[in-house]
Amino acid sequence: MVAQNVAFWIIAIAMVLSAIGVVRTSNVVHAALYLVIVLAGAAAQYILLAAEFVAWVQVLIYIGAVVILFLFGIMLTRSPMGDLDLDNSQRMPAFVASLALVGTLTALLVDAFGNSKVVIDAPTKTSVLSSDIFRLYIVPFEAVSILLLAALVGAIVLARRD
Amino acid sequence: MMLGAGDPLLSGKIDLTVVLIVIGKTVAVFAFLLVAVMLYIWFMRKVIADMASRVGPDTAGPWGILQSLADGIKLFFKEQSVPDSADRRVFFLAPYISLMTAFLAFSIIPIGGQVSIAGHQTYLQLADLPIGILFLLAMSGLGLYGVMLAGWSSGSKYPLLGSVRASAQMLSYEAAFGLAIVGVLVQAGTLSTRAIVDKQAWTGVGSLGTWYVIPAFVAFVIFLISAIAETNHPPFDLVEAEQELVGGFHTEYTGIRFAIFYLAEFMNLITMSAIAVTLFLGGPAGPSLGFLSATGAVNTWLMPVFWFVAKVMVLLFGTVWLRASLPRLRYDQLMDLGWKWLIELAFIWVMVSGVIIVGRNEGWNLIAVVPLSLLGGLGILGVLRASMPNRSELVEEIL
Repeated sequence: MVAQNVAFWIIAIAMVLSAIGVVRTSNVVHAALYLVIVLAGAAAQYILLAAEFVAWVQVLIYIGAVVILFLFGIMLTRSPMGDLDLDNSQRMPAFVASLALVGTLTALLVDAFGNSKVVIDAPTKTSVLSSDIFRLYIVPFEAVSILLLAALVGAIVLARRD
Repeated sequence: MMLGAGDPLLSGKIDLTVVLIVIGKTVAVFAFLLVAVMLYIWFMRKVIADMASRVGPDTAGPWGILQSLADGIKLFFKEQSVPDSADRRVFFLAPYISLMTAFLAFSIIPIGGQVSIAGHQTYLQLADLPIGILFLLAMSGLGLYGVMLAGWSSGSKYPLLGSVRASAQMLSYEAAFGLAIVGVLVQAGTLSTRAIVDKQAWTGVGSLGTWYVIPAFVAFVIFLISAIAETNHPPFDLVEAEQELVGGFHTEYTGIRFAIFYLAEFMNLITMSAIAVTLFLGGPAGPSLGFLSATGAVNTWLMPVFWFVAKVMVLLFGTVWLRASLPRLRYDQLMDLGWKWLIELAFIWVMVSGVIIVGRNEGWNLIAVVPLSLLGGLGILGVLRASMPNRSELVEEIL
């Protein structure tokens, strides 16, 4: 378990540093690349928890699709590229808001789990995961799907000029 | 524990020998891929030359077989220029992303059967992940970064245009590519490449019918088309359309960095052929030599590898043939094919084979279920095609 703890801290520190990089860098593409490191770190933490399926889905969806679309958006639109001064006057409010978010999440996690230990005997099998999603949680799953579909259609409606 | 859930090598105690075996396998697979790329480039140039009644490379080594090696050495000693407007760190990073993902994707391919090295049982395969196919899809998704960042970081227009075009193409075909794989997965019921290969194991000529190319023929065709489009090879090589884009996303790259892109591209092609063999053509399955001992070195080591390489070579010859004979698609044709045909067909195929599999498990009358589900699939396809606006209407609308 010691090795897992060491690995956790190494990955966690790398994630925090890159997360700071995301908001500190003035280059939008670099920010997206820092975000990739944060997301990859999350995937690595999942692997430490023996949740291999979730880890690779994280890589596939977030790194392989979401950030790619960010980059696509940055390249295709006339967004500022290069080292421009992107700061604005919202520095302080943003700092307070993110601090509040960190506080809330930490309080929630400590309240929910505290010192309890999660024992992992073996990696979760993908078939168990899929039958959970498609039997037990089918209604929330479908609800989320419809929400995403609505967002998709909405985006097309907004983007179409005619 | 996790990385090699299926590999007997990693299920016991991990000692120095095991680590050495894993390192040895990694080096061997990397060397195998490098040599394969070198030979493939030579083979491609030679075959295309034959098809065009030319001689092709014939100076370096016997039959010019060392031509790619000579080219590689030449590129290695060339100057590596970096444009002034380039984003230097990203510019240096991009080729290695391409190479890394291309190599990692190959690590899940079962090259041979189970063998014994230094007293340890192991698979002739670098890593047998329980979610191997997912790993493959993740790697082909990450491969996009190499292309995208290379074009963007070059800091000039043609590479940027080339990389946007390339990534749009790869993103579009990734959908059809993934769905074609799902067409096999619903039949195999597993995500591990080793388990998929085991389901197609050779037990006689009859086991040809268990190779997924037969029960999942539609998925096989979709897979081949979208795999070639994914790797940007002719007739889908719009990414390198010289007369439109100068050289595509790697226009600004020179020397060894350019060579790395080139290498990654052909590695991807070989990996795709290897995956097609793994998923649809039984991987290393094939008849062994009956007159030799079934447990001897030839039948456990050599024959599975031989069958694997032979099948991959047939597919690779197919890619050369396509390159020599087909003209490049137009961009709108490319998008039409991907979005309006392949994705639809793949979706319908997954639905139809899903119905058939459920029918088989539930004991429905297959003589009724199979034609009905096929008819239903064709019906959906017809409705979808009929509801699409045709080109002249679209043009009118835009004008």
